[in-house]
Amino acid sequence: MTVTGSIGRRLTGLLAGVAALLSVLSWWMVSELAREAAERTQDNVLAASATAIAEALRSEQGEVRLELPYSAFSMLGAIGEDRVFYRVTAGADLLTGYADLPVIPAPAVTGRVVFDTGSFDAEPIRMASVSRAVLAGTEPVPVTVTVAQTRNGVGRIAAGLSRLAAVLSVAFFAIAAILSAIAARASLRPLHEIAAAVSRRGPSDLRRVEHNAPEELAPLMASLNSLMERLGQSIRRSEDFIAEAAHRVRTPLATVRTQADIALRTVEDDAEKRRLRAMIRAVDESSRSAGQLLDHAAVAYRADDLARRPVDLSDLAAQTVAALEPAAAMKDITLGLDADAVQVRGDPVLLENAFRNVLDNAIKYSPEDTSVHIHITETGGEAHITVTDEGPGLGGGPVAALTERFRRGSNTECIVGSGLGLTIVEDVVTAHGGRVQLGAGKEGVGACVLLVLPL
Amino acid sequence: MRYLLVEDNLELAEAVTKRLALDGHAVDHAASLADAEDCLAVGRYDLILLDVMLPDGDGRAFLARRRAHLETPVIVLTARSRVSDRVGALDQGADDYITKPFDFSELEARCRAVLRRRGGAARNQIALGAATFDPLAGTLRHADRTLDLRNREIRLLEVFARFPGQILSKGQLMDRLFSHDADVTENAIEVYVGRLRRRIENMGLRIETVRGLGYRMDLDGT
Repeated sequence: MTVTGSIGRRLTGLLAGVAALLSVLSWWMVSELAREAAERTQDNVLAASATAIAEALRSEQGEVRLELPYSAFSMLGAIGEDRVFYRVTAGADLLTGYADLPVIPAPAVTGRVVFDTGSFDAEPIRMASVSRAVLAGTEPVPVTVTVAQTRNGVGRIAAGLSRLAAVLSVAFFAIAAILSAIAARASLRPLHEIAAAVSRRGPSDLRRVEHNAPEELAPLMASLNSLMERLGQSIRRSEDFIAEAAHRVRTPLATVRTQADIALRTVEDDAEKRRLRAMIRAVDESSRSAGQLLDHAAVAYRADDLARRPVDLSDLAAQTVAALEPAAAMKDITLGLDADAVQVRGDPVLLENAFRNVLDNAIKYSPEDTSVHIHITETGGEAHITVTDEGPGLGGGPVAALTERFRRGSNTECIVGSGLGLTIVEDVVTAHGGRVQLGAGKEGVGACVLLVLPL
Repeated sequence: MRYLLVEDNLELAEAVTKRLALDGHAVDHAASLADAEDCLAVGRYDLILLDVMLPDGDGRAFLARRRAHLETPVIVLTARSRVSDRVGALDQGADDYITKPFDFSELEARCRAVLRRRGGAARNQIALGAATFDPLAGTLRHADRTLDLRNREIRLLEVFARFPGQILSKGQLMDRLFSHDADVTENAIEVYVGRLRRRIENMGLRIETVRGLGYRMDLDGT
């Protein structure tokens, strides 16, 4: 499987991107609005100022006279430290103010304020101009009042508001990003829940997944369930096949063995008896190997995905001993079990298989009239299972080699075995995180197999 | 003892029937579950040997169905050696299982164990002169003395008890006594016969050595 990106991260990224775009847009809009509001305020004040000056115009002795009302300038002072300029012209003559203040191209309608932007004295300015006809003598003289102001204050206010908007936008973005992550996680939660529900299952649990799923996951769930069903069918089919194959092979083997057994009873000749015994041994060997190969495959399959359930080792050992008692009795071998109630977590089927193989080995290699002893204790946080016999021991060869597949000890002549027994035992124990130790029995007599399992 | 063998393979069934007859057992054969039902309806058996894969169904399903009103112990014959399968058979109410192909001594040992566990549903005690031999319990009683015999002693005594007064060769005894996975010399037979002879002293039984031929068990007073 290749992991290509993450839906969660992609969703978070998308939502955060949208939030960033909206933040920038809102910052820009707020800045623009702030600048415009500041400018409009300045315009209003400028207009009020120009209008106030225009209204102070009067005619006296056929001439236009003006006494500048200070209130007209004091209201302009409200906007920061900006410098204020003015010019009043009557007709073509400068009545008062700065002669070189730029002129707004003639306002079309009398009494209406017009605005413009320009520069004066190397500073950007905003100008408001209003015209009025003043009756001087008999002639109405057009008087134009222009009031201008530098724009530093407006810029400062706009910049201040823009900064505030920027801070708010960043905060908005941060909150939106966090909410995006939360939203992404919340919308992916059903996916995680289903994944957890599936992965909690045991290795052989192939039931349908009946978890509540949102609409978008329904096709995935349907495919998953159909896969489960097909997998289950295929496993059942191969299990049936193995069972059927084993049945077909073992039934005729049983016939051969039984016939050989009958023949052994009826023939008198020693040479023929030996031949029949060899035949029975071969049948036993092939059936045993087939069984252990199947066991080995089953162990490998189950160990890959180990089920962990509490298993009482003393119960398990007692069951195994009971199952093998008749086999031991045939050789008058006494099976002794001395077990503390020790619990481990693991697969009972595998552990039973391991116990059976160890005991089976011990019984197989033990001479008649001896005993095999199983001892189960809890030592230092581990379960120790010792199986000691009074047999020929493990042959003094390399101990590790005995657990290798198909390897048999050096002193096993005439005993039926496939060499898989200890391999199965080691596979099972290793899968449970434990270890196998082989050694000599008490006072150097016999063999001792120690299985160590973590609790 | 009387067995019901439920097995669809006729060759195996025939061989098993013959083999059990050699040990003096009576065997009825049923080739299917339906046959088995018929046999159970009319006959009484000490033990049922049940194959798991039968033409008209799974032997384990039959077990599960019949277990409630079936007094007779059942030993399942399975072709699989996987633990899960065996445990499954036991859970369904089988008393024991044995994997095909099976050793008849082991089958006998398992039957004995099952019957003993079931509390002697069918005790065939054998009178040996003044003594009584119970192969199931593994005891030999004489007057007020009871002797507990070990597995191999039981088997040896069973052979002698079946043919009292007859000479049995070492080879014949060997086949009964040892499984075939070990080559045993005839000396081993001498050891076992010697041991049994000592154990049953004063029980009214004698095992005589017939030089060059084998052994013979005589009952005192015959």
